[in-house]
Amino acid sequence: MPFSIPEEELMEPGHTACHGCGATLAMRYVLKGMGEKTVVSVPAACWAVIPGAMPNRTLKVPMVYTPFAATGAVISGLRGSLDIQGKSDYNVVGFAGDGGTADIGLQSLSGAMERGHNVFYIMYDNEAYMNTGVQRSGSTPFGAETTTTPVGKERNFKKQQKKIVADLMIAQGVPYVATATIAYPEDLIRKIGNAKKISGPKFIQILAPCPTGWYYPPEKSVEVSRQAVQSGIFPLFEYINGSIKVTKPSKPISVREYVSGQKRFAHLDDNDIEKIQNTVNKRMRYLLSMEKEGIFVLPAQ
Amino acid sequence: MRRGKIKMRVMQKHNAIMTGNEAVAVGVKLARVGFVSAYPITPQTTIVEKLAEMVANDDLDAKYIEVESEHSAMAAVFASELAGVRSYTATSSHGLLYMHEMLHWTAGQRLPVVMSVVNRALGPPWNIWSEQTDTMNQKDTGWMQVYCESNQEALDTILMGYRIAESQDVMLPLMSMEDAFILSHTSEPVIIPEQEKVDEFLPKLDLKFRIDLKNPMGYGSYTPPDGPFMELKKDLMESMKNSREVIQKVTGDFARTFDRDYSGLIEQYRMDDAKYALIASGTLASTGKYVVNQLRDEGEKVGLIRLRFFRPFPDEEILSAVSNLESVGVLDRSISLAANGFTATEVRSALYGKSDIPVTGFTAGLGGRDVRIDDFLDMFKTTKKGKGGNHYINVKEVK
Ligand SMILES: Cc1ncc(C[n+]2csc(CCOP(=O)(O)OP(=O)(O)O)c2C)c(N)n1
Repeated sequence: MPFSIPEEELMEPGHTACHGCGATLAMRYVLKGMGEKTVVSVPAACWAVIPGAMPNRTLKVPMVYTPFAATGAVISGLRGSLDIQGKSDYNVVGFAGDGGTADIGLQSLSGAMERGHNVFYIMYDNEAYMNTGVQRSGSTPFGAETTTTPVGKERNFKKQQKKIVADLMIAQGVPYVATATIAYPEDLIRKIGNAKKISGPKFIQILAPCPTGWYYPPEKSVEVSRQAVQSGIFPLFEYINGSIKVTKPSKPISVREYVSGQKRFAHLDDNDIEKIQNTVNKRMRYLLSMEKEGIFVLPAQ
Repeated sequence: MRRGKIKMRVMQKHNAIMTGNEAVAVGVKLARVGFVSAYPITPQTTIVEKLAEMVANDDLDAKYIEVESEHSAMAAVFASELAGVRSYTATSSHGLLYMHEMLHWTAGQRLPVVMSVVNRALGPPWNIWSEQTDTMNQKDTGWMQVYCESNQEALDTILMGYRIAESQDVMLPLMSMEDAFILSHTSEPVIIPEQEKVDEFLPKLDLKFRIDLKNPMGYGSYTPPDGPFMELKKDLMESMKNSREVIQKVTGDFARTFDRDYSGLIEQYRMDDAKYALIASGTLASTGKYVVNQLRDEGEKVGLIRLRFFRPFPDEEILSAVSNLESVGVLDRSISLAANGFTATEVRSALYGKSDIPVTGFTAGLGGRDVRIDDFLDMFKTTKKGKGGNHYINVKEVK
């Protein structure tokens, strides 16, 4: 069945993001999926700067800027307030970076999801604190060099595995959890459509490659995000109330191919790459077994 | 579960015996608050418990959410108010400190939220008792601050608070304080205003810039140094200044409607022919008044100035109240861990260059330590000497 993305643009041109910014495409596609009855809340992050200085705006929908840790609570407050005014048909969308989600915002995210508000939380994952200049976050993957995990005489690249917030959300009973990336806008927008059918908390983690922080040429953002999926580094899945559907890579590539295009991984040796490849294989096997067997967690409601 | 169904002993038609926290909850209900966020901390908790009970019994038609922290409590009311609904939360002590970032954000976004704070000491060491250091640490966040002396005032201040905060000339949030346990958990007779009169006094919130799909705005986008940043901050300060007039008007309206007169930013007690006086706030002012009466009986020309508002700071009112005095003392139940008492410093700054009167500062009652009649006698005596300086009251020798 042919499926194309909606033509309506709710994000206007003229933003101030870097060339090739994945986060910008993520917002554009998310809004296409949401439609115009939407209120967006954005914490401190690149996206607090992308729309430009007051009074400029880039979105055709209301956008609330908030402190860094506040996204989960702000969307809870918006939802409650709109509902009591009979505006239950508005989509309330938190749109936060990986630092604002996996680290400082995790508490308010977890609280909001646990309370079960009818909201969307979109984590645009560029795998580091980009707005402040590429520092390591909990969502930075093993092996990446950042400005706080620099490779000098010591190979101090990030030694810990990526904290996968989508998994945390499944574990705490969020009824809709999905991953997506900007290389597959149809998949992304379809997932938002499915999420909209669920009344309750929805969490979508969108890989949003960042040429500035991953050190690859800006025209390659879509290619890099496709490679992330094809290599199994960033598996696409959709979890709805206990069942998970995993998208198997259609043209699989190796981890080596994925990391070789990005200078943040330039220092990795064969052992490191093999280690990542093993983890990727194991995780893919794990996800596929979950797809077969289903996942049991206590449903949130 | 019917646990904690609070029995308010009804005296007459609209009178009841209730704690300060119950009185505050009744005020919130009468103000027809539409959104409440709640997080427990002693001694505030019984306010939000009472509100939960009201919502559960359909006595209050509000969305009530149990957030996971005070930062989120304030973030949630920030958002709900911005979407156009009158919103409320309450906290104390460490909870208030945890909110600090959101306090600035809410005031900066010009949202007329009202919050109750039950003043409690800050650790370490842990201490849950009465002290005002928590709210004094928030004096520069753009929130108006009212320190209540009675349960009645705690209820009434919620109603006046929303009227003042929502005034077009103000549009700033307001925090209303109760002393830990002394008000929050102590029962007193309270007159409950009639709902129809409250509705007349406090019209529905009409937030002009609320979130609106037909007029989509960015709320809080950045401004570069030459953007309107300084202008917005200055405008906020102007509104804080404007609030004085609004406070006078609203307390006047309140007195006419409900027959209780809170006389604006400060209350003057037996000040007419006084030669010296003490400035105090909250329930310490009650003990102070009692001692003033005692001293008056002995022929002393003494009075008391009760600070109701700390923000905006009533500098002109104080200047005029002390104009015929020979000396004044300032009592702080709080401690600045760097300078002299918060109130003493503000009073000295208000009088600087305008009055030569000696100002003596007192630090008393920290961590809930009782401030006794003898302590007040001591403070009045020291004030009368007019030697200035700063004194600790009733501190034991530490070996
Ligand atoms: C409480 C607080 N701490 C730190 C900051 C500084 N800060 C602003 S944006 C940012 C990085 C955001 O990173 P992320 O959430 O990953 O989003 P991105 O910038 O990558 O889009 C940081 C650390 C802040 N604004 N507030």
